[in-house]
Amino acid sequence: MWQLLQIELFKIFRKSRTYISFGAIGAMVIIIQAALKYDGRSYIEFLVGGLKDSLEIPYANILNGYFVCFIILNLLLIHIPLLIALVAGDSIAGEANMGTLRLIVSKPVSRTQLMLVKFLATLIYTALLLIWLAFISLALSILFFGTNDILIARNDALEIIRANDVMWRYLAAFAFATVALSTVAALAFLLSVFAENSIGPIVLTISIVIVFTLLSEMQIPLYDRTIKPFLFTSHMLAWKGFFYTKVDAAGSAIPGTIENLGAIMKSFFVLMAYIAGFVSSAIIIFNRKDILS
Amino acid sequence: MLRQLMFIFTLFLPILSLHAQDPEVLIKNIREKLDKINDYQAEAGLKTNIPFLQVPDADVEVFYKKPDKIKIKNEKGISLVPKESVSISLYSLVNGKYQVIDAGSDLLNGTPVRVLKLLPANENADLVLATLYIDAAKTLVLKAKITTRENGTDEVDLSYGKYIQASLPDKIVFSFNTQDYKLPKGVTFDYDDGASKKNETGNQKNQRGKIELSFHTYRINRGLEDSIFK
Repeated sequence: MWQLLQIELFKIFRKSRTYISFGAIGAMVIIIQAALKYDGRSYIEFLVGGLKDSLEIPYANILNGYFVCFIILNLLLIHIPLLIALVAGDSIAGEANMGTLRLIVSKPVSRTQLMLVKFLATLIYTALLLIWLAFISLALSILFFGTNDILIARNDALEIIRANDVMWRYLAAFAFATVALSTVAALAFLLSVFAENSIGPIVLTISIVIVFTLLSEMQIPLYDRTIKPFLFTSHMLAWKGFFYTKVDAAGSAIPGTIENLGAIMKSFFVLMAYIAGFVSSAIIIFNRKDILS
Repeated sequence: MLRQLMFIFTLFLPILSLHAQDPEVLIKNIREKLDKINDYQAEAGLKTNIPFLQVPDADVEVFYKKPDKIKIKNEKGISLVPKESVSISLYSLVNGKYQVIDAGSDLLNGTPVRVLKLLPANENADLVLATLYIDAAKTLVLKAKITTRENGTDEVDLSYGKYIQASLPDKIVFSFNTQDYKLPKGVTFDYDDGASKKNETGNQKNQRGKIELSFHTYRINRGLEDSIFK
C-alpha cells in the first residue's frame, strides 16, 4: 500500500502542472501582500465604509499580518478549488488518456485499493497546497506586516479578535479548509472515473463549483431555504466560523469563543458525507467499469 | 432651641444652596474647578457596546489637554471609538459663549441635581443645545446631553469616586446614535452559521451605541505634547 502511494505521489509531483498550483498561489499571495503594503488603507476604508466619519479607525494597527492573511484566504479559498481540480481531475482520466489505466488494473492490486491510494495521494497534494498557502499567507504576512488584533468584516458587523486569540483560529480554519478542499478533490476524482481525458472532469468540476458558489451567495430566499443548505459550497465557507465570536449581554465579544461551533461541526459532517459519497461512488463505478484504455 | 434650628438649617443647606446658586455662578464655579486641570493621562478599561461592533473589552490610555484635545489609545491592540462622543469636553462646553437657562431641579439616580440648558450664542454653531445635570452641592457635572446638527443627541454620564477632588470621573458612559453597517455578501463571503447578529437585533437603524470608560489611574498636569493627539 505504502509503495503504491509512493508511486502515485511520484506521478503527481513528476508532472509540471502540479507545480502550476503552487506557483499560482505564491504569485497571487505576493501580489495581494504587495498591494496591501502599498495601499492597505484604501482597502480598510472600503471595508469600514461610512464608519470612518464617525469612528476613529486605527489604520496602521488594523493592517497587520493576521488581517492580511484573512483577506488573502477570503479571496483565494474561493479559487483554490480550481487548482485542486487540476490534479484530482487528472487522477484516473489522465491514466486513461495515456493508456496506462489497463496496465495498472492488471497488477495484483484490487481496484478498490488502487482507487483509495489514488485518492489518498490527491488528499496529500491538497494538504500540501494548503500548507504552502498557510506558510506564505500567514508566515510571510506576519513577517511583512507584524501582528496585532484582527478586524473581521462581516456582512452586517465588524468584529475584533485580540491577537493572542487568533493563532488557534487559523490552525482550526486551515484544518477545516483541508476538509473543504478535499470535497472538491473527491468530486473531481469521481468525475475523473467517467472520462478518457482529464480536461472534461477538470472543467466540469470547476463549472459545478462556480454554479454552486453562485447559488450559495446569491441570497435568493427560494434557493436559501431549499437548495443552499445542501450545497457543499455553502459548507466550505465554515472555516470562517472560527473567526466569529460570541458576545456577552453587554455586547462585548468574549475571547476564546466561537459563535456557533454546532454549525461548523454540522458543516464538517456534511462535507465528510460528500467526500464519502463521492469517493465510494467513484470506487463502485470504477469496480464495475469495463476498462478499455 | 437655637441648636435645633441650626440642625434643621444644616439639613436643608444643600437644597437651599441648590436653589440659591445663580446658573451663571454655578457654571463659573465648575469652570474654575475644571480650569485647574491642564492635562491628564489616564489608564482606563474600555467597554464597547455598539450594535454592529463585536469588540472585546480593552485596556486603553486616555489623553486630555485643555481645552478640547482628547485621544484614546490602545497600545496593545485595536479599539474603535466614536469620534464625536469622546471629544465632548466639559471644559470647552462650560467655556463657550452660551445663554444659560435654568431648567429647574431634578433627581438623577437619587442625587438632587440642577438642570441647566446651554444655548449657543452663535446660531450657526454645530451645537444646538446642551443640557447639564449638575450636583450643585459638589459643583460636579453628573450628566450632559449634547444635541448637534450632525449627530443628533449624544449623552455622557459621569460617576465620581477616587478623583472627585480634581472633578475627574471614575467612570464615563457615552451613548450616541449609530449608523447602519452593511457590506455586500459578495465581498465578505460570510459563512451562514445561523447566528447572524441581524436576526437577533432586527433592524439596526436608529439604535444607540454605548461606550464605557472606567478610569483606574490619572496622572494630572504632568504636561503632554501636542503630537500625542495627532
